[in-house]
Amino acid sequence: MSRDEAVIAYVLRLADNALILAQRMIELVTAKPELEEELANANFALDFIGQARMLYSYAAELEGAGRSEDDFAFMRDGNEFRNLLLIEQPNGHFGDSIVRQYLFEAFYVHQLDALTRCKDQRIAEIAARAIKEVRYHLRHISHWLIRLGDGTDESHQRVQASLDELWRFTGEMFVSDEVDVAIRDNLAGPDLEAIAALWKRDVEDVIAEATLQLPEDQWMARGGKQGQHSEHFGFLIAEMQFLQRSYAGASW
Amino acid sequence: MTDKEWPLYEVFIRSRAGLSHRHAGSVHAPDDQMALDHARDTYTRRTEGVSIWVVRSDRIVASDPAENAAFFEPAKDKIYRHPTFYEIPDGVENL
Repeated sequence: MSRDEAVIAYVLRLADNALILAQRMIELVTAKPELEEELANANFALDFIGQARMLYSYAAELEGAGRSEDDFAFMRDGNEFRNLLLIEQPNGHFGDSIVRQYLFEAFYVHQLDALTRCKDQRIAEIAARAIKEVRYHLRHISHWLIRLGDGTDESHQRVQASLDELWRFTGEMFVSDEVDVAIRDNLAGPDLEAIAALWKRDVEDVIAEATLQLPEDQWMARGGKQGQHSEHFGFLIAEMQFLQRSYAGASW
Repeated sequence: MTDKEWPLYEVFIRSRAGLSHRHAGSVHAPDDQMALDHARDTYTRRTEGVSIWVVRSDRIVASDPAENAAFFEPAKDKIYRHPTFYEIPDGVENL
């Protein structure tokens, strides 16, 4: 893998994480329990769409093959997407989607922070912009996690079950492959081991404040970063891509 | 689950430094910190603000419309309280 190929692959991973999480959140539009939370969810989803667009545009420029943002989002098949497995997990109930988002964004904020200091100026600029959005998401999402965990008996039980269920998808975030190593060594990019320690510290603090139990060490699923997705993913992209696949180039 | 509604909070936004906070509207929230989050997401999406205050609506003490005559009308005939009788010298900008 050449240096440029590694950068393109890495930028696409970042973009796919943002797009697929946004798609999951868009599925919840009009379905949030309160109007105020509805607005927060849609705002956050739009933050991610904005990040995905900047990243796909940059990947398209690096690739130089005439593909557009839309080609990356709507014309690739499932196994070409490189998002984390955690992100594509179904929305479930309110607590499930809060836990999924918290576990990812607690990682993403440290990934972006490291990227603001990387040697690729464009990635650093995008990260500097995105991190402000993500810091606010984290504030809001951890408020929810704490309130659900330290809320009623039922909310505590249900959100603990969400945490136990989704925990096995967290290991993948910290497993380096050749793309992660290339970005770390060539661009002074994130060191996933260091981020794992920061993530664990933050997550332990919030989980303790939420009076929840940290799940035990266990087998961790992986493969999303290499394009091997869970069974839910095909349904997600079928819905996301339907319009552009059926009516290519459609606009309004 | 209870079917109780979240309490109402009034939202005040300072649109830029130097101006005072102005009432922007209201949000429902389960507690004070979440009210601040909800106010941010509801009322500052288009860069309307640099500072937000929220306060529970039931903590606001309001004048009674039935007392308006006693409260406000006595000021109406005190025109000497308006500074319109002073001439402003040329060249004074910030008055």
